[in-house]
Amino acid sequence: MKRGFTILAIVTALLLCFALYEALIAAPTEQTMGNVQRIFYYHVPSAWTAFVLFLINFVSSIVYLARRNVKADILALTSAEVGVVFCTVVLITGPIWARPVWGIWWTWDLRLTLTLVLWLIYVSYLILRRFSTSGKTPVIAAVLAVFGALDVPLVYFSIWFFRTQHPSPVIGDGGSLDPRMAHVLLINWAAFLCLAWLLCWTRYRLEFLKREVEEAQALESLMETSR
Amino acid sequence: MNSMHYLYAAYIATWVIHGSYLVILMRKYSRVRKEMATLKK
Repeated sequence: MKRGFTILAIVTALLLCFALYEALIAAPTEQTMGNVQRIFYYHVPSAWTAFVLFLINFVSSIVYLARRNVKADILALTSAEVGVVFCTVVLITGPIWARPVWGIWWTWDLRLTLTLVLWLIYVSYLILRRFSTSGKTPVIAAVLAVFGALDVPLVYFSIWFFRTQHPSPVIGDGGSLDPRMAHVLLINWAAFLCLAWLLCWTRYRLEFLKREVEEAQALESLMETSR
Repeated sequence: MNSMHYLYAAYIATWVIHGSYLVILMRKYSRVRKEMATLKK
């Protein structure tokens, strides 16, 4: 277990260094925006990674609601928290990219607004989990997560079905991304997925250990009162 | 502001966010492990 974590940490570090080199040096410079377009290699993979994590949160929440499985509950919490971290990166790198390109930091455009709403939903989820003392908290949080996940496809497809300030899809049908840029984008996504896995692993272990400590403390206080 | 400054700002912000989160996780993890060790004594 510990060896697997060390291997993952080394692979992630190497992949992140390589992805950084590819994004800053190897990738071709975009003709219209120039070097500032390289923010794309962090902004887009962060968004995709956040979507993957919110999807894991959605599936784990359904599993928890169906089976009351504690591991699924921990995985739901873990993926939501790491997903919020990646979504925060999206919401910070987006305006930094928008300022030199659009001339504004922020606009209440459909995709931007829906992404902010998505972030707020999962922050609410984490606040609920952190401060609610009710025994039903995991169930309420799982229900919130199921409804919150509905915002993910809305964010993703908003640029497909509506005309927005945000650029159209560059990959897939109708995408016009240079193959070398697509290659760098995928390397960065792989690196970010490894980082997300590493963070989730650490957070999962932390939560598991925390619950063990809480159980041990509860047992100890029970034994003290029975003496 | 030079466009390169925006690029560096975005990359630095990303690493500060991930780095801070990792440090917070590691600190919490070592604290919980200490608590566990104390309970086991």
